[in-house]
Amino acid sequence: MARKRGNFGLVLVAALVALPFLPLILWTFAGEWRFPDLLPAEWSLRGVRYLLDPGSGVLLATLTSLLIGASVALASVAVGVPAGMALGGYEWRFKGVVIFFILLPILVPPLASTMGIHLTFIRLGLTDTVFGVFLVHLVPTVPYTAIIMTSIFVERTGELEEVARTLGASPWRTFVHVTLPQIAPGVAVAGLFAFLISWGQYILTLLIGGGNIVTLPMLLFSAASGNDPVITSALALAFAIPAILALIIALRYLKPGEADDGRGLLGLGKVS
Amino acid sequence: MGGRVKIALLLAPALVVIGVLFAGGLLAALVQSLGYLPAIGMAEVNLDAYREVLTGEDFLDSLFLTVYVAGASTSAATVLAVLAAMALRRSSGRLAALVFQLPITIPHLVAAVGIALVISQTGLGARLAVTLGLIGEPKDFPVLLYDRYSIGIIVTYVWKETPFIALVVLASLRGVAADLEDVARTLGAGSWQRFWYVVFPVISPGIVAASLIVFSFTFGAFEVPYLLGKTYPTILPVMAYNEYRDIDLSARPVAMAINIVIAAVTAAFAAAYLRLARDLGRG
Repeated sequence: MARKRGNFGLVLVAALVALPFLPLILWTFAGEWRFPDLLPAEWSLRGVRYLLDPGSGVLLATLTSLLIGASVALASVAVGVPAGMALGGYEWRFKGVVIFFILLPILVPPLASTMGIHLTFIRLGLTDTVFGVFLVHLVPTVPYTAIIMTSIFVERTGELEEVARTLGASPWRTFVHVTLPQIAPGVAVAGLFAFLISWGQYILTLLIGGGNIVTLPMLLFSAASGNDPVITSALALAFAIPAILALIIALRYLKPGEADDGRGLLGLGKVS
Repeated sequence: MGGRVKIALLLAPALVVIGVLFAGGLLAALVQSLGYLPAIGMAEVNLDAYREVLTGEDFLDSLFLTVYVAGASTSAATVLAVLAAMALRRSSGRLAALVFQLPITIPHLVAAVGIALVISQTGLGARLAVTLGLIGEPKDFPVLLYDRYSIGIIVTYVWKETPFIALVVLASLRGVAADLEDVARTLGAGSWQRFWYVVFPVISPGIVAASLIVFSFTFGAFEVPYLLGKTYPTILPVMAYNEYRDIDLSARPVAMAINIVIAAVTAAFAAAYLRLARDLGRG
């Protein structure tokens, strides 16, 4: 009885979650779809062709998004791993203050700080460059990689490292051969997260890229402000692909229940 | 001593990134909000921008709208999240995780576009209403986009943030709450009694913490209101951006003053959240 009600609830919630994707999928493949028809009268691949047409700039924008996202993921993992080691692996004074400081950009919008730093970026010649965009994307991503790695290091005792050190391994060798293989899944999750956050950025890219650095959300935003639902929907679906892939990967490799151990309270929160 | 140096070195990269790019940016915003912009010949420090912002009707309208949108989205998302978590707590963990994770992972822009295509006057909702004979033409369908009540923005936020709160609630429901509830049932408590006196007190700290995050996030977020909101009043981050883009460079201090207000409010929420999270961790 309770089981049945649970299934009904699941179907209802799943339907509500799926609802916004319904028009996106229908419009992407719609040829002619007049009001008030519930389904398109004709189907077409115009939306898909637009995505793949080199003239539309979608492929280039996707490449730019991928390039920025991958570099941001690498850099923010490289910054987040040592921070997580310090925050999760050791006890020290003023740790609470440092955690507050590092987590602040999750709740205080980076838009405010980016507008503030814009003039300095202009002076340094960082505006309108991929590198400048990469730099400001680190602001929303580093807090997440740091906090995810902190939760990984909290659960480690460091006994294996101690053994390795006793056997004469250098700190660096110990890190590469003992610590790194152990924290690899956490590093992957942190990197994936950083990538998704960077991938979803619109306003930071617009402010610093000044419209010269065109990423996928730029194209989606201008399409959404126009009135061609076919193009808008096709772009929106393309923009959603990495998130869906990431979800499939996460669900394949995470054991059931692992995703909701309360770490999600801050960790698995806002992505875009 | 060596330990302290090691910790400092480990933290250095993160502190440099956040310190320079984030805190440095906020500091620059603060300086500019005080009217100090030597690059465009404004070298006098004053509080004019704050005076203009805090006494201006535009700002108050925006502030009111921002609090309304964040408050309405957070309340609706919280209530729905508790209901959804209660309904789903006995179903398969993997499926529930998939259903809840999807909106969390999907970018806000995708959600906004999809929801606009459902609730616009020519959207799926209106098409369904015509098919069912409820309305005759698009203009009979209620205006839910770019509207007075910011329905489109709120619906998008509710769709995005409900699962986030629900996952937090689900985690605590599957923990202690489930055992306590069984005890209460054995003792003869009815279902409402069990929820109100047993389950709710256990899950409420998590609910408060998650709602704080959602309120703070929706208070400072830009994309969804920029896309689905009307042109006046706008929520504060959009107002700051519009002032910032103003051709008249003397509007810059005003934009920065708004940014400082947003930063102060959201930082207060961050502090409240961390205090709560720390107490939760202890308890």
